[in-house]
Amino acid sequence: MTPTLTISRLTKHFHSVEALNQVSLSLQPGKRAALLGHNGAGKSTMMKIILGLIPFDSGDVTVCGEAPGSAAARMQVAYLPENVAFHPALTGEEQIRHYLSLRGENPRNAPELLARVGLAHAARRRIGTYSKGMRQRVGLAQTLIGRPRLLVLDEPTSGLDPVSRRDFYDLLDGLSADGTTILLSSHVLTEVEARTDSILILSGGQLVAEGTLADLRARAALPIMLLVRPAAAHAAPLAAAFPEAVVGADGLLRISCAQAQKLPLLARITARGADVADFDVIPPSLEDIYSHFSRRDGQ
Amino acid sequence: MSRILATGITEFRISFRNRWVLIATGMMVLFALVLAAAGSAPTGDVGVDRLSVTVASLTSLAVYLVPLLALLMSFDAVAGEVERGTLPLLLTYPVSRLEILLGKLLAHLAILALAVTLGYGAALVVAIWSDPGAIEGIGSLWRLIWSSVLLGATFLGAGYALSALARRPSGAAGLAIALWLVAVVLYDLSLLALIVTDGGGAFTTQALPIALLANPADAFRVFNLSAGEAVAAAGGIGGAAGAVPLWQSATSLFAWPLLAIALALAAFRKVTP
Ligand SMILES: Nc1ncnc2c1ncn2[C@@H]1O[C@H](COP(=O)(O)OP(=O)(O)OP(=O)(O)O)[C@@H](O)[C@H]1O
Ligand SMILES: [Mg+2]
Repeated sequence: MTPTLTISRLTKHFHSVEALNQVSLSLQPGKRAALLGHNGAGKSTMMKIILGLIPFDSGDVTVCGEAPGSAAARMQVAYLPENVAFHPALTGEEQIRHYLSLRGENPRNAPELLARVGLAHAARRRIGTYSKGMRQRVGLAQTLIGRPRLLVLDEPTSGLDPVSRRDFYDLLDGLSADGTTILLSSHVLTEVEARTDSILILSGGQLVAEGTLADLRARAALPIMLLVRPAAAHAAPLAAAFPEAVVGADGLLRISCAQAQKLPLLARITARGADVADFDVIPPSLEDIYSHFSRRDGQ
Repeated sequence: MSRILATGITEFRISFRNRWVLIATGMMVLFALVLAAAGSAPTGDVGVDRLSVTVASLTSLAVYLVPLLALLMSFDAVAGEVERGTLPLLLTYPVSRLEILLGKLLAHLAILALAVTLGYGAALVVAIWSDPGAIEGIGSLWRLIWSSVLLGATFLGAGYALSALARRPSGAAGLAIALWLVAVVLYDLSLLALIVTDGGGAFTTQALPIALLANPADAFRVFNLSAGEAVAAAGGIGGAAGAVPLWQSATSLFAWPLLAIALALAAFRKVTP
Protein backbone atom coordinates (compact mmCIF):
# COMPACT_ATOMS: atom_id res chain seq x y z
CA MET A 1 0.00 0.00 0.00
CA THR A 2 1.27 3.48 -0.76
CA PRO A 3 1.51 5.62 2.34
CA THR A 4 -0.89 8.55 2.72
CA LEU A 5 1.86 10.72 4.14
CA THR A 6 5.59 10.49 3.56
CA ILE A 7 8.13 12.82 5.08
CA SER A 8 11.83 12.42 4.54
CA ARG A 9 14.66 14.40 6.11
CA LEU A 10 12.43 17.39 6.71
CA THR A 11 14.28 20.42 8.12
CA LYS A 12 12.85 23.80 9.05
CA HIS A 13 14.47 26.83 10.69
CA PHE A 14 12.82 29.96 12.05
CA HIS A 15 15.74 32.37 12.04
CA SER A 16 17.98 30.89 14.75
CA VAL A 17 15.42 28.35 16.03
CA GLU A 18 15.72 24.86 14.58
CA ALA A 19 12.06 23.83 14.62
CA LEU A 20 12.50 20.54 12.73
CA ASN A 21 15.69 18.63 12.07
CA GLN A 22 15.91 15.71 9.60
CA VAL A 23 12.50 14.30 10.43
CA SER A 24 11.43 11.22 8.44
CA LEU A 25 8.23 9.24 8.80
CA SER A 26 5.43 7.67 6.82
CA LEU A 27 1.81 6.86 7.60
CA GLN A 28 -0.21 4.08 5.99
CA PRO A 29 -3.90 4.49 5.13
CA GLY A 30 -6.24 3.95 8.08
CA LYS A 31 -3.53 4.39 10.71
CA ARG A 32 -3.95 6.64 13.73
CA ALA A 33 -0.68 8.20 14.80
CA ALA A 34 -0.13 10.37 17.85
CA LEU A 35 2.50 13.08 17.78
CA LEU A 36 3.91 13.75 21.24
CA GLY A 37 6.53 16.20 22.41
CA HIS A 38 7.30 19.00 24.80
CA ASN A 39 6.09 22.58 24.19
CA GLY A 40 8.03 23.95 21.27
CA ALA A 41 9.10 20.50 20.05
CA GLY A 42 7.91 21.30 16.55
CA LYS A 43 4.59 19.46 16.40
CA SER A 44 2.49 22.36 15.10
CA THR A 45 5.27 23.39 12.73
CA MET A 46 5.33 19.89 11.22
CA MET A 47 1.56 19.93 10.77
CA LYS A 48 1.60 23.33 9.09
CA ILE A 49 4.24 22.06 6.68
CA ILE A 50 2.14 18.99 5.88
CA LEU A 51 -0.74 21.34 5.04
CA GLY A 52 1.46 23.57 2.91
CA LEU A 53 0.79 26.60 5.13
CA ILE A 54 4.48 27.35 5.69
CA PRO A 55 7.49 26.56 3.50
CA PHE A 56 10.32 24.29 4.65
CA ASP A 57 14.07 24.45 4.16
CA SER A 58 14.90 20.99 2.91
CA GLY A 59 13.60 17.45 2.68
CA ASP A 60 10.61 15.90 0.93
CA VAL A 61 6.95 15.86 1.90
CA THR A 62 4.30 13.95 -0.07
CA VAL A 63 0.64 14.11 0.93
CA CYS A 64 -1.71 11.64 -0.81
CA GLY A 65 0.84 11.50 -3.63
CA GLU A 66 0.79 15.29 -4.09
CA ALA A 67 2.87 18.27 -3.02
CA PRO A 68 1.74 19.73 0.32
CA GLY A 69 -0.65 22.65 -0.12
CA SER A 70 -1.34 21.88 -3.79
CA ALA A 71 -4.97 22.08 -4.88
CA ALA A 72 -5.11 18.28 -5.24
CA ALA A 73 -3.69 17.75 -1.75
CA ARG A 74 -6.03 20.27 -0.16
CA MET A 75 -9.02 18.38 -1.57
CA GLN A 76 -7.99 15.31 0.42
CA VAL A 77 -6.69 16.73 3.69
CA ALA A 78 -8.62 18.21 6.60
CA TYR A 79 -7.03 20.22 9.40
CA LEU A 80 -7.85 21.31 12.90
CA PRO A 81 -5.51 24.12 14.02
CA GLU A 82 -4.35 24.20 17.62
CA ASN A 83 -6.25 27.38 18.52
CA VAL A 84 -9.15 27.09 16.15
CA ALA A 85 -11.05 30.35 15.58
CA PHE A 86 -14.09 31.44 13.62
CA HIS A 87 -15.79 34.72 12.88
CA PRO A 88 -17.82 35.50 16.01
CA ALA A 89 -20.69 37.03 14.04
CA LEU A 90 -21.54 33.78 12.23
CA THR A 91 -23.63 30.98 13.69
CA GLY A 92 -22.18 27.48 13.86
CA GLU A 93 -24.47 26.38 11.08
CA GLU A 94 -23.57 29.28 8.78
CA GLN A 95 -19.86 28.64 9.33
CA ILE A 96 -20.19 24.95 8.50
CA ARG A 97 -22.38 25.72 5.47
CA HIS A 98 -19.60 27.99 4.20
CA TYR A 99 -16.96 25.31 4.66
CA LEU A 100 -19.19 22.74 2.95
CA SER A 101 -19.55 25.04 -0.07
CA LEU A 102 -15.80 25.59 -0.24
CA ARG A 103 -15.32 21.82 -0.46
CA GLY A 104 -18.02 21.54 -3.11
CA GLU A 105 -20.39 19.68 -0.79
CA ASN A 106 -24.06 20.35 -0.19
CA PRO A 107 -24.45 23.09 2.47
CA ARG A 108 -27.64 21.40 3.67
CA ASN A 109 -25.51 18.80 5.43
CA ALA A 110 -24.43 21.36 8.03
CA PRO A 111 -26.99 20.43 10.74
CA GLU A 112 -26.12 16.76 10.41
CA LEU A 113 -22.38 17.48 10.81
CA LEU A 114 -23.01 19.62 13.87
CA ALA A 115 -25.21 16.92 15.34
CA ARG A 116 -22.34 14.44 14.95
CA VAL A 117 -20.21 16.55 17.29
CA GLY A 118 -23.09 17.17 19.70
CA LEU A 119 -23.76 20.78 18.74
CA ALA A 120 -27.25 20.42 17.26
CA HIS A 121 -28.81 22.50 20.04
CA ALA A 122 -26.47 25.47 19.46
CA ALA A 123 -26.29 25.38 15.65
CA ARG A 124 -28.29 28.59 15.27
CA ARG A 125 -26.37 30.58 17.86
CA ARG A 126 -23.48 32.88 17.03
CA ILE A 127 -20.04 31.37 17.53
CA GLY A 128 -19.14 34.45 19.57
CA THR A 129 -21.41 33.08 22.30
CA TYR A 130 -19.88 29.58 22.28
CA SER A 131 -17.69 28.13 25.04
CA LYS A 132 -14.14 27.01 24.19
CA GLY A 133 -15.17 23.36 23.95
CA MET A 134 -18.07 24.27 21.67
CA ARG A 135 -15.74 26.15 19.32
CA GLN A 136 -13.45 23.14 19.36
CA ARG A 137 -16.41 21.00 18.28
CA VAL A 138 -17.15 23.33 15.37
CA GLY A 139 -13.51 22.82 14.43
CA LEU A 140 -13.94 19.06 14.61
CA ALA A 141 -17.18 19.19 12.60
CA GLN A 142 -15.42 20.94 9.72
CA THR A 143 -12.77 18.20 9.56
CA LEU A 144 -15.51 15.65 8.87
CA ILE A 145 -16.60 17.40 5.65
CA GLY A 146 -16.33 15.20 2.59
CA ARG A 147 -14.24 12.11 2.97
CA PRO A 148 -10.72 13.36 3.70
CA ARG A 149 -7.96 10.79 3.27
CA LEU A 150 -5.77 12.49 5.84
CA LEU A 151 -6.84 14.24 9.03
CA VAL A 152 -4.29 16.50 10.69
CA LEU A 153 -5.50 17.41 14.17
CA ASP A 154 -3.44 19.74 16.38
CA GLU A 155 -4.40 19.05 20.00
CA PRO A 156 -7.96 18.08 19.06
CA THR A 157 -9.09 17.22 22.58
CA SER A 158 -7.94 20.43 24.25
CA GLY A 159 -10.97 22.03 25.88
CA LEU A 160 -13.15 18.92 25.58
CA ASP A 161 -14.75 17.39 28.67
CA PRO A 162 -13.97 13.72 29.47
CA VAL A 163 -17.14 12.33 27.90
CA SER A 164 -16.64 14.37 24.72
CA ARG A 165 -13.06 13.12 24.52
CA ARG A 166 -14.29 9.56 24.51
CA ASP A 167 -16.93 10.38 21.89
CA PHE A 168 -14.26 12.10 19.82
CA TYR A 169 -12.01 9.02 19.82
CA ASP A 170 -15.01 6.85 18.94
CA LEU A 171 -15.54 9.12 15.93
CA LEU A 172 -11.87 8.69 14.95
CA ASP A 173 -12.16 4.90 15.24
CA GLY A 174 -15.01 4.98 12.73
CA LEU A 175 -13.05 7.19 10.33
CA SER A 176 -9.88 5.14 10.47
CA ALA A 177 -11.90 1.96 9.93
CA ASP A 178 -13.03 3.60 6.66
CA GLY A 179 -9.40 4.14 5.67
CA THR A 180 -8.79 7.72 6.81
CA THR A 181 -5.25 8.31 8.06
CA ILE A 182 -5.11 10.36 11.24
CA LEU A 183 -2.21 12.37 12.61
CA LEU A 184 -2.97 14.04 15.91
CA SER A 185 -0.91 15.78 18.52
CA SER A 186 -1.70 15.64 22.19
CA HIS A 187 -0.30 16.23 25.65
CA VAL A 188 -2.70 13.73 27.24
CA LEU A 189 -0.79 10.45 27.24
CA THR A 190 -3.50 8.17 28.64
CA GLU A 191 -5.96 8.83 25.81
CA VAL A 192 -3.23 8.43 23.22
CA GLU A 193 -2.23 5.09 24.75
CA ALA A 194 -5.62 3.50 24.28
CA ARG A 195 -6.83 5.07 21.07
CA THR A 196 -3.97 5.28 18.57
CA ASP A 197 -1.96 2.76 16.58
CA SER A 198 1.45 4.35 16.82
CA ILE A 199 3.31 7.03 18.68
CA LEU A 200 5.79 9.58 17.34
CA ILE A 201 7.84 11.56 19.82
CA LEU A 202 9.43 14.83 18.76
CA SER A 203 12.03 16.46 20.96
CA GLY A 204 13.77 19.69 20.07
CA GLY A 205 12.76 19.26 16.43
CA GLN A 206 14.02 15.68 16.12
CA LEU A 207 11.97 12.53 15.86
CA VAL A 208 13.39 10.61 18.82
CA ALA A 209 11.00 7.65 18.89
CA GLU A 210 8.49 6.00 16.60
CA GLY A 211 6.43 2.85 17.02
CA THR A 212 3.61 1.20 18.92
CA LEU A 213 3.47 1.67 22.65
CA ALA A 214 4.65 -1.95 23.15
CA ASP A 215 7.69 -1.27 20.92
CA LEU A 216 8.57 1.84 22.84
CA ARG A 217 8.10 0.13 26.18
CA ALA A 218 10.51 -2.63 25.14
CA ARG A 219 13.03 -0.19 23.66
CA ALA A 220 13.03 2.04 26.71
CA ALA A 221 13.68 -0.98 29.00
CA LEU A 222 12.84 1.09 32.02
CA PRO A 223 13.15 -0.46 35.52
CA ILE A 224 10.14 -1.91 37.26
CA MET A 225 9.23 -0.79 40.75
CA LEU A 226 8.22 -3.28 43.45
CA LEU A 227 6.46 -2.06 46.55
CA VAL A 228 6.78 -4.35 49.58
CA ARG A 229 4.70 -3.85 52.73
CA PRO A 230 6.34 -5.45 55.78
CA ALA A 231 4.18 -7.37 58.24
CA ALA A 232 3.65 -5.66 61.61
CA ALA A 233 6.91 -5.53 63.62
CA HIS A 234 8.88 -7.18 60.79
CA ALA A 235 10.09 -3.99 59.12
CA ALA A 236 13.68 -4.12 60.41
CA PRO A 237 14.56 -7.68 59.32
CA LEU A 238 12.93 -7.10 55.93
CA ALA A 239 14.85 -3.90 55.33
CA ALA A 240 18.05 -5.68 56.29
CA ALA A 241 17.34 -8.42 53.75
CA PHE A 242 16.89 -5.90 50.93
CA PRO A 243 19.69 -3.36 51.29
CA GLU A 244 18.92 -1.97 47.79
CA ALA A 245 15.39 -0.94 48.86
CA VAL A 246 14.42 2.60 49.78
CA VAL A 247 12.18 2.78 52.82
CA GLY A 248 9.53 5.44 52.52
CA ALA A 249 7.89 7.44 55.30
CA ASP A 250 4.87 5.20 54.88
CA GLY A 251 7.00 2.18 55.86
CA LEU A 252 6.87 0.67 52.37
CA LEU A 253 10.03 -0.70 50.76
CA ARG A 254 10.58 0.49 47.17
CA ILE A 255 12.80 -1.74 45.07
CA SER A 256 13.67 -0.81 41.53
CA CYS A 257 14.79 -3.60 39.20
CA ALA A 258 15.42 -4.27 35.52
CA GLN A 259 12.92 -6.41 33.58
CA ALA A 260 15.23 -9.42 33.61
CA GLN A 261 15.65 -9.24 37.40
CA LYS A 262 11.93 -9.28 38.10
CA LEU A 263 11.46 -13.02 38.72
CA PRO A 264 14.60 -13.57 40.86
CA LEU A 265 13.56 -10.60 42.98
CA LEU A 266 10.05 -11.99 43.37
CA ALA A 267 11.56 -15.29 44.53
CA ARG A 268 13.61 -13.45 47.16
CA ILE A 269 10.52 -11.62 48.39
CA THR A 270 8.35 -14.72 48.67
CA ALA A 271 11.23 -16.48 50.46
CA ARG A 272 10.84 -13.97 53.31
CA GLY A 273 7.53 -15.61 54.14
CA ALA A 274 5.85 -14.06 57.17
CA ASP A 275 7.97 -10.85 57.00
CA VAL A 276 5.92 -9.68 54.01
CA ALA A 277 2.32 -8.51 54.40
CA ASP A 278 1.73 -7.53 50.75
CA PHE A 279 3.48 -6.37 47.60
CA ASP A 280 2.74 -4.62 44.30
CA VAL A 281 4.51 -4.59 40.95
CA ILE A 282 4.40 -1.22 39.20
CA PRO A 283 5.43 -1.26 35.51
CA PRO A 284 6.94 1.92 34.05
CA SER A 285 4.13 4.40 33.36
CA LEU A 286 3.46 6.01 30.04
CA GLU A 287 4.86 9.24 31.45
CA ASP A 288 8.09 7.43 32.34
CA ILE A 289 8.43 6.04 28.82
CA TYR A 290 7.60 9.40 27.29
CA SER A 291 10.10 11.29 29.42
CA HIS A 292 12.74 8.67 28.72
CA PHE A 293 12.57 9.42 24.98
CA SER A 294 11.70 13.08 25.18
CA ARG A 295 14.56 13.95 27.52
CA ARG A 296 17.14 11.82 25.79
CA ASP A 297 18.23 14.60 23.50
CA GLY A 298 18.42 17.17 26.21
CA GLN A 299 15.55 19.48 27.01
CA MET B 1 -17.20 30.29 -9.17
CA SER B 2 -19.40 28.68 -6.51
CA ARG B 3 -16.57 29.19 -4.01
CA ILE B 4 -16.46 32.91 -4.84
CA LEU B 5 -20.21 33.09 -4.40
CA ALA B 6 -20.12 31.17 -1.11
CA THR B 7 -17.39 33.49 0.21
CA GLY B 8 -19.39 36.50 -0.99
CA ILE B 9 -22.54 35.36 0.79
CA THR B 10 -20.69 34.74 4.04
CA GLU B 11 -18.88 38.08 3.83
CA PHE B 12 -22.12 39.89 3.09
CA ARG B 13 -23.69 38.27 6.14
CA ILE B 14 -20.76 39.35 8.31
CA SER B 15 -20.91 42.93 6.98
CA PHE B 16 -24.64 42.97 7.58
CA ARG B 17 -24.21 41.82 11.18
CA ASN B 18 -21.45 44.39 11.69
CA ARG B 19 -23.96 47.05 10.59
CA TRP B 20 -21.84 47.96 7.57
CA VAL B 21 -24.80 47.76 5.21
CA LEU B 22 -26.73 50.12 7.46
CA ILE B 23 -23.85 52.55 7.94
CA ALA B 24 -22.96 52.71 4.23
CA THR B 25 -26.51 53.18 2.97
CA GLY B 26 -27.36 55.56 5.80
CA MET B 27 -24.39 57.79 5.04
CA MET B 28 -25.02 57.84 1.29
CA VAL B 29 -28.74 58.57 1.63
CA LEU B 30 -28.17 61.28 4.21
CA PHE B 31 -25.54 63.14 2.23
CA ALA B 32 -27.40 62.73 -1.08
CA LEU B 33 -30.57 64.15 0.46
CA VAL B 34 -28.72 67.14 1.87
CA LEU B 35 -27.17 67.85 -1.55
CA ALA B 36 -30.47 67.34 -3.39
CA ALA B 37 -32.21 69.71 -1.03
CA ALA B 38 -29.51 72.31 -1.56
CA GLY B 39 -29.66 71.77 -5.35
CA SER B 40 -33.45 72.11 -5.52
CA ALA B 41 -33.35 75.78 -4.62
CA PRO B 42 -34.43 77.82 -7.65
CA THR B 43 -31.37 78.12 -9.88
CA GLY B 44 -33.02 80.05 -12.70
CA ASP B 45 -31.22 79.89 -16.01
CA VAL B 46 -28.50 77.24 -15.74
CA GLY B 47 -30.01 75.80 -18.89
CA VAL B 48 -29.85 72.15 -17.87
CA ASP B 49 -32.34 69.96 -16.05
CA ARG B 50 -32.29 69.94 -12.29
CA LEU B 51 -31.12 66.33 -12.00
CA SER B 52 -27.94 67.05 -13.99
CA VAL B 53 -27.09 69.78 -11.53
CA THR B 54 -27.70 67.38 -8.66
CA VAL B 55 -25.52 64.75 -10.37
CA ALA B 56 -22.68 67.24 -10.57
CA SER B 57 -22.81 67.84 -6.83
CA LEU B 58 -23.34 64.11 -6.13
CA THR B 59 -20.15 63.48 -8.12
CA SER B 60 -18.18 65.75 -5.77
CA LEU B 61 -19.73 63.92 -2.84
CA ALA B 62 -18.96 60.48 -4.24
CA VAL B 63 -15.32 61.36 -4.82
CA TYR B 64 -14.89 61.65 -1.05
CA LEU B 65 -17.46 59.25 0.31
CA VAL B 66 -17.16 56.20 -1.96
CA PRO B 67 -13.38 55.74 -1.44
CA LEU B 68 -13.86 56.29 2.30
CA LEU B 69 -16.60 53.67 2.58
CA ALA B 70 -14.62 51.25 0.40
CA LEU B 71 -11.48 51.60 2.52
CA LEU B 72 -13.42 51.29 5.78
CA MET B 73 -15.01 48.06 4.57
CA SER B 74 -11.83 46.53 3.20
CA PHE B 75 -9.00 47.34 5.60
CA ASP B 76 -9.95 44.42 7.88
CA ALA B 77 -10.29 41.86 5.07
CA VAL B 78 -6.93 40.11 5.42
CA ALA B 79 -5.54 41.64 8.63
CA GLY B 80 -8.73 40.76 10.49
CA GLU B 81 -8.48 37.11 9.44
CA VAL B 82 -4.83 37.07 10.53
CA GLU B 83 -5.65 38.63 13.89
CA ARG B 84 -8.65 36.39 14.58
CA GLY B 85 -6.61 33.35 13.58
CA THR B 86 -9.12 32.24 10.97
CA LEU B 87 -6.70 32.45 8.05
CA PRO B 88 -4.67 29.22 8.51
CA LEU B 89 -7.76 27.02 8.44
CA LEU B 90 -9.25 28.88 5.48
CA LEU B 91 -6.06 28.45 3.47
CA THR B 92 -6.14 24.66 3.92
CA TYR B 93 -9.44 24.57 2.02
CA PRO B 94 -9.44 23.98 -1.73
CA VAL B 95 -10.00 27.67 -2.44
CA SER B 96 -7.41 29.94 -4.06
CA ARG B 97 -6.38 33.27 -2.62
CA LEU B 98 -7.80 35.00 -5.69
CA GLU B 99 -11.15 33.35 -5.06
CA ILE B 100 -11.10 34.51 -1.43
CA LEU B 101 -10.38 38.09 -2.50
CA LEU B 102 -13.00 38.04 -5.26
CA GLY B 103 -15.58 36.66 -2.84
CA LYS B 104 -14.93 39.50 -0.43
CA LEU B 105 -14.96 41.98 -3.30
CA LEU B 106 -18.31 40.65 -4.47
CA ALA B 107 -19.89 41.19 -1.05
CA HIS B 108 -18.39 44.62 -0.50
CA LEU B 109 -19.28 45.77 -4.02
CA ALA B 110 -22.85 44.62 -3.51
CA ILE B 111 -23.04 46.73 -0.35
CA LEU B 112 -21.52 49.75 -2.09
CA ALA B 113 -23.86 49.36 -5.06
CA LEU B 114 -26.82 49.17 -2.71
CA ALA B 115 -25.67 52.24 -0.80
CA VAL B 116 -25.02 54.44 -3.84
CA THR B 117 -28.21 53.32 -5.59
CA LEU B 118 -30.33 54.12 -2.56
CA GLY B 119 -28.47 57.37 -1.92
CA TYR B 120 -28.61 58.65 -5.49
CA GLY B 121 -32.14 57.29 -5.80
CA ALA B 122 -33.19 59.44 -2.87
CA ALA B 123 -31.67 62.47 -4.59
CA LEU B 124 -33.56 61.53 -7.79
CA VAL B 125 -36.86 61.41 -5.91
CA VAL B 126 -36.23 64.86 -4.45
CA ALA B 127 -35.24 66.30 -7.85
CA ILE B 128 -38.28 64.89 -9.66
CA TRP B 129 -40.57 66.01 -6.87
CA SER B 130 -39.50 69.62 -7.25
CA ASP B 131 -39.24 69.48 -11.08
CA PRO B 132 -40.85 66.61 -13.04
CA GLY B 133 -38.69 67.49 -16.06
CA ALA B 134 -35.64 66.35 -14.09
CA ILE B 135 -36.28 62.77 -15.29
CA GLU B 136 -34.39 63.73 -18.47
CA GLY B 137 -31.16 63.57 -16.49
CA ILE B 138 -31.68 59.90 -15.50
CA GLY B 139 -28.89 58.82 -17.88
CA SER B 140 -26.27 60.82 -16.01
CA LEU B 141 -27.51 59.36 -12.71
CA TRP B 142 -27.19 55.83 -14.05
CA ARG B 143 -23.66 56.63 -15.23
CA LEU B 144 -22.86 57.98 -11.78
CA ILE B 145 -24.04 54.74 -10.16
CA TRP B 146 -21.92 52.36 -12.19
CA SER B 147 -18.87 54.59 -12.19
CA SER B 148 -19.20 54.89 -8.40
CA VAL B 149 -19.15 51.09 -8.18
CA LEU B 150 -15.98 51.02 -10.30
CA LEU B 151 -14.39 53.69 -8.11
CA GLY B 152 -15.40 51.64 -5.06
CA ALA B 153 -13.83 48.51 -6.57
CA THR B 154 -10.52 50.35 -6.96
CA PHE B 155 -10.42 51.44 -3.34
CA LEU B 156 -11.67 48.07 -2.11
CA GLY B 157 -8.76 46.44 -3.93
CA ALA B 158 -6.36 49.03 -2.51
CA GLY B 159 -7.81 48.38 0.95
CA TYR B 160 -7.23 44.62 0.59
CA ALA B 161 -3.67 45.28 -0.52
CA LEU B 162 -3.00 47.50 2.51
CA SER B 163 -4.70 44.96 4.75
CA ALA B 164 -2.41 42.21 3.49
CA LEU B 165 0.68 44.42 3.76
CA ALA B 166 -0.06 45.58 7.32
CA ARG B 167 -1.20 42.17 8.69
CA ARG B 168 -2.69 43.94 11.74
CA PRO B 169 -6.07 45.68 11.62
CA SER B 170 -4.76 48.75 13.47
CA GLY B 171 -1.89 49.21 11.04
CA ALA B 172 -4.18 48.56 8.08
CA ALA B 173 -6.65 51.18 9.32
CA GLY B 174 -3.87 53.75 9.58
CA LEU B 175 -2.64 52.98 6.08
CA ALA B 176 -6.20 53.15 4.71
CA ILE B 177 -6.81 56.59 6.20
CA ALA B 178 -3.43 57.76 4.87
CA LEU B 179 -4.29 56.50 1.40
CA TRP B 180 -7.65 58.26 1.50
CA LEU B 181 -6.07 61.54 2.57
CA VAL B 182 -3.40 61.38 -0.10
CA ALA B 183 -5.46 60.10 -3.03
CA VAL B 184 -8.63 62.08 -2.40
CA VAL B 185 -7.62 65.24 -0.54
CA LEU B 186 -3.92 66.09 -0.83
CA TYR B 187 -3.60 65.05 -4.47
CA ASP B 188 -6.26 67.53 -5.56
CA LEU B 189 -4.97 70.27 -3.29
CA SER B 190 -1.49 70.03 -4.74
CA LEU B 191 -2.88 69.96 -8.30
CA LEU B 192 -4.86 73.11 -7.53
CA ALA B 193 -1.79 74.79 -6.08
CA LEU B 194 0.18 73.88 -9.20
CA ILE B 195 -2.55 75.20 -11.49
CA VAL B 196 -2.60 78.49 -9.63
CA THR B 197 1.18 78.99 -9.73
CA ASP B 198 1.36 77.75 -13.32
CA GLY B 199 -1.24 80.28 -14.51
CA GLY B 200 -2.39 78.39 -17.63
CA GLY B 201 1.11 77.40 -18.71
CA ALA B 202 2.64 74.08 -19.75
CA PHE B 203 1.58 72.27 -16.59
CA THR B 204 -2.12 73.01 -17.02
CA THR B 205 -2.21 72.02 -20.67
CA GLN B 206 0.21 69.06 -20.73
CA ALA B 207 0.70 67.47 -17.32
CA LEU B 208 -2.67 68.12 -15.72
CA PRO B 209 -4.72 65.74 -17.90
CA ILE B 210 -2.24 62.93 -17.19
CA ALA B 211 -2.24 63.74 -13.49
CA LEU B 212 -6.04 63.57 -13.47
CA LEU B 213 -6.10 60.21 -15.25
CA ALA B 214 -3.46 58.76 -12.96
CA ASN B 215 -5.68 59.17 -9.91
CA PRO B 216 -8.81 56.98 -9.92
CA ALA B 217 -10.79 59.52 -7.91
CA ASP B 218 -10.01 62.32 -10.36
CA ALA B 219 -10.65 60.07 -13.34
CA PHE B 220 -14.06 59.35 -11.84
CA ARG B 221 -14.81 63.02 -11.34
CA VAL B 222 -13.60 64.01 -14.80
CA PHE B 223 -15.54 61.17 -16.41
CA ASN B 224 -18.84 62.10 -14.81
CA LEU B 225 -18.45 65.83 -15.30
CA SER B 226 -17.40 65.68 -18.93
CA ALA B 227 -20.03 63.07 -19.77
CA GLY B 228 -22.73 65.19 -18.15
CA GLU B 229 -23.76 68.58 -19.35
CA ALA B 230 -23.10 70.32 -16.09
CA VAL B 231 -19.36 70.87 -16.30
CA ALA B 232 -19.93 74.53 -15.82
CA ALA B 233 -21.70 73.84 -12.55
CA ALA B 234 -18.56 72.32 -11.08
CA GLY B 235 -15.62 74.43 -10.08
CA GLY B 236 -12.03 73.67 -9.13
CA ILE B 237 -10.40 70.60 -10.62
CA GLY B 238 -13.69 69.72 -12.28
CA GLY B 239 -13.28 72.73 -14.49
CA ALA B 240 -10.39 70.95 -16.20
CA ALA B 241 -12.66 68.03 -17.10
CA GLY B 242 -13.24 69.32 -20.60
CA ALA B 243 -9.54 68.91 -21.40
CA VAL B 244 -9.67 65.11 -21.02
CA PRO B 245 -11.38 63.01 -23.70
CA LEU B 246 -14.16 60.79 -22.39
CA TRP B 247 -12.59 57.53 -23.58
CA GLN B 248 -9.44 58.28 -21.61
CA SER B 249 -11.21 58.85 -18.31
CA ALA B 250 -13.39 55.78 -18.97
CA THR B 251 -10.28 53.67 -19.60
CA SER B 252 -8.73 54.87 -16.35
CA LEU B 253 -11.97 54.12 -14.54
CA PHE B 254 -12.02 50.52 -15.82
CA ALA B 255 -8.28 49.87 -15.54
CA TRP B 256 -7.84 50.92 -11.92
CA PRO B 257 -9.99 48.18 -10.34
CA LEU B 258 -8.03 45.50 -12.21
CA LEU B 259 -4.72 47.01 -11.14
CA ALA B 260 -5.89 47.34 -7.53
CA ILE B 261 -7.05 43.69 -7.37
CA ALA B 262 -3.76 42.55 -8.92
CA LEU B 263 -1.87 44.50 -6.24
CA ALA B 264 -4.08 43.04 -3.52
CA LEU B 265 -3.48 39.51 -4.79
CA ALA B 266 0.28 40.05 -4.92
CA ALA B 267 0.27 41.36 -1.34
CA PHE B 268 -2.05 38.56 -0.11
CA ARG B 269 0.19 35.89 -1.70
CA LYS B 270 3.03 37.13 0.52
CA VAL B 271 1.08 36.50 3.73
CA THR B 272 2.14 33.27 5.45
CA PRO B 273 -0.32 32.29 8.17
N1 LIG C 1 6.25 31.78 13.11
C1 LIG C 1 7.30 31.46 13.88
N2 LIG C 1 8.36 32.30 13.97
C2 LIG C 1 9.43 31.98 14.73
N3 LIG C 1 9.54 30.86 15.44
C3 LIG C 1 8.53 29.98 15.41
C4 LIG C 1 7.35 30.23 14.62
N4 LIG C 1 6.52 29.18 14.78
C5 LIG C 1 7.12 28.32 15.60
N5 LIG C 1 8.34 28.79 15.99
C6 LIG C 1 9.29 28.11 16.88
O1 LIG C 1 9.44 26.77 16.44
C7 LIG C 1 9.51 25.88 17.53
C8 LIG C 1 8.43 24.82 17.40
O2 LIG C 1 7.16 25.41 17.59
P1 LIG C 1 5.81 24.58 17.47
O3 LIG C 1 4.68 25.54 17.50
O4 LIG C 1 5.90 23.68 16.31
O5 LIG C 1 5.81 23.73 18.82
P2 LIG C 1 4.76 22.66 19.34
O6 LIG C 1 5.46 21.36 19.39
O7 LIG C 1 3.52 22.73 18.56
O8 LIG C 1 4.50 23.17 20.83
P3 LIG C 1 3.17 23.19 21.72
O9 LIG C 1 3.08 21.86 22.38
O10 LIG C 1 3.44 24.26 22.72
O11 LIG C 1 2.01 23.49 20.83
C9 LIG C 1 9.37 26.75 18.78
O12 LIG C 1 10.66 26.97 19.29
C10 LIG C 1 8.77 28.03 18.28
O13 LIG C 1 9.21 29.10 19.04
MG1 LIG D 1 1.61 23.27 18.95
